[in-house]
Amino acid sequence: MSKSEKKEGTASFHCPIPISDYKSVLLAHGSGGKLTNDLIRKMFVPPFRNEQLENLHDGAILPSLNGRQLTISTDSFVVNPIFFPGGDIGSLSVHGTVNDIAMCGAEPLYLSVGLIIEEGFPMDDLWTIILSMEKAAKEAGVQVVTGDTKVVDRGKCDKIFINTTGIGAVWPEMKIGASEIQAGDKIIVSGDIARHGISIMSVREGLEFETVIETDSASLHGLVNAMRKKGEIHALRDPTRGGVSSALNELAEASGYGIQIDEENLPIREQVRGACELLGLDPLYVANEGKLLAFVNSEDADAVLNAMRADPLGKEAAVIGEVVEDHPGLVVLNSRIGGRRVVDMITGEQLPRIC
Amino acid sequence: MKYLDEYRDREAAEKYINLVKKMVTRQWTIMEICGGQTHAIVKYGLNHLLPYEVNFVHGPGCPVCVTPQELIDKAIAIAEQPDVIFTSFGDMMRVPGTHKDLLMAKSEGADVRMVYSPLDALKLARGHPGKEVVFFAVGFETTAPANAMAVYQASKTGVKNFSILSSHVLVPPAMETILSSPENRVQGFLAAGHVCTVVGYEEYYSLAERYKVPIVVTGFEPLDILQGTYMVLKQLEEGRYEVENQYARVVQSQGNIPSQNIIKKVFRVTDRNWRGVGGIPKSGLELRSEYEAHDANKKFEVNIGEAENSPECIAGEILRGVKKPIDCPVFGTKCTPEHPVGAPMVSSEGACAAYYHYGNYRQRSLQSGTPGQKELQTEKNLGTNQ
Repeated sequence: MSKSEKKEGTASFHCPIPISDYKSVLLAHGSGGKLTNDLIRKMFVPPFRNEQLENLHDGAILPSLNGRQLTISTDSFVVNPIFFPGGDIGSLSVHGTVNDIAMCGAEPLYLSVGLIIEEGFPMDDLWTIILSMEKAAKEAGVQVVTGDTKVVDRGKCDKIFINTTGIGAVWPEMKIGASEIQAGDKIIVSGDIARHGISIMSVREGLEFETVIETDSASLHGLVNAMRKKGEIHALRDPTRGGVSSALNELAEASGYGIQIDEENLPIREQVRGACELLGLDPLYVANEGKLLAFVNSEDADAVLNAMRADPLGKEAAVIGEVVEDHPGLVVLNSRIGGRRVVDMITGEQLPRIC
Repeated sequence: MKYLDEYRDREAAEKYINLVKKMVTRQWTIMEICGGQTHAIVKYGLNHLLPYEVNFVHGPGCPVCVTPQELIDKAIAIAEQPDVIFTSFGDMMRVPGTHKDLLMAKSEGADVRMVYSPLDALKLARGHPGKEVVFFAVGFETTAPANAMAVYQASKTGVKNFSILSSHVLVPPAMETILSSPENRVQGFLAAGHVCTVVGYEEYYSLAERYKVPIVVTGFEPLDILQGTYMVLKQLEEGRYEVENQYARVVQSQGNIPSQNIIKKVFRVTDRNWRGVGGIPKSGLELRSEYEAHDANKKFEVNIGEAENSPECIAGEILRGVKKPIDCPVFGTKCTPEHPVGAPMVSSEGACAAYYHYGNYRQRSLQSGTPGQKELQTEKNLGTNQ
């Protein structure tokens, strides 16, 4: 998708690109010399402006967190295409790491950003991505405090890769983990599933849909913050790659309990379901970027569910199943028509069928 | 979702299940031809909902599964030629050849791309005039019209760098092979609705008559399959052997004539080797000589060694309905979707993949007890009616 087709491209309308003498990124922009310096001072520091970043030191020295436990998480983003309906690689790289921190029961505070850029990448697109990261970071209330830029020869990477590492402070009363899961826990999903994966597929070469399916990419720690006050949460997962099924399988295996889910209760948008039917994909295996799965003490489930539904990111939250003593380590689905089957972990990528 | 939810309705399903329960007096073995039907049966748990007397065996209708290994080896060898863009449906990418699969060839540098339609491959050929674009034309009568159309258009518009590697197979000769085998145990067929959409079902009358076997053209949704199964069972219980059409909302007896015409224009019927089943006369499609400029078989001289099928894989017996995936000694142990020994473990239409994904077979490799006992126990625990 070229810039002219981008939905979010209008962001640069308000903030003209600070580097206009180079239309595309050169190897020299990553060499550590003058052009690198230019790139950092003009493109990276102003949007993310904060005390640590402005020091332009090799690393950031962070304030003490008054004894709260820290959590750290890292993720690399190589999505193709880099611009897709409702988002881009920039916003995704912020949401992804912020959510990994939030799933540890922590409040995300700081991010580092590593950019690997292919020589010749349009400066315009880079600026759009940076502004998108700025917006996502501001909304999430996290600060980008350190970063790194490398430029590689044409063909050595695909346009742009982004790594983000996040640091967060664990909410004091939260104890999250597979070992906390108990039989009887209710499993809540925060909204409709499979949207991100289908959104990406819808703009890949060779697959054009008539309707635009926007990614669900979003930062979820605000939602977690709203939930944690309403009840005992035992485990949290954001079902990204591998989808809901992989997240549930990992937790079933790690906790030693069985998991049962009801097909009827899985929230899924009609267009997404239609696309999955057409391509022969199971929505349980398709990626999400703005959804979480919560394992909640059964007595608190209603209160947590109500708190989620009061949050814009949890409006369509639903109880989809529960933790059981039976079939330890296995996820079993009650099908719409009354049958039952095992929901297995995915092997490799889902491959669309022949007919 | 309209036109789908109606066919996944719980009350209607219960109605058919109860009808079957009331009607059956003994065990019957029914083969669903198409791998899509196999997956629906296992995915929706229909095999657990129906009574014990209904014994489904799974048919050869998985195009990926029946593509001979030497053709996969050939596909890989062509893909590895310089200046070739090799295109294929996703399903075919992970099917093991003798030494590797297409995804492995891709990781080693071959330009292998997944497409959703042969017309996309043709588009690639137009966009890359300096490259040879080859499409792996796999499938039954269902995919043949689109593949024929791609070749027809390439020929008509002079796209010389487009060719197909044809591995097309036909359903009725395979049904006849199954029925005429002395080891046959199939007593009734759920015929593949999509295949019949293209070619109709007039060819089935003589099969039903000669082998005294009921054939019901059936769709792919759970209710389609329950209704089709009920119709086959009713015939069996009443001693009838007729051709009936459960999938009448889509299938007409004469099929889709324009689709048949384009198939006939571009392809001719040929003998074909089926993986695991062997040679079946007049069971495949190859390009007519007028279109041989687009025949990858003729365009590329590649040397492939002797294809070696795994001696442990019982895919042939599974595809003929003689055995089930859980009868296989390497199922779920040596043969898994991560390390498939045979094609039915790979394809999204393969019976072994269906059993593995939707059943409790993962645990088999973790335990040292009698193979099969633990998962059978879980199967029973999961079953609501057994």
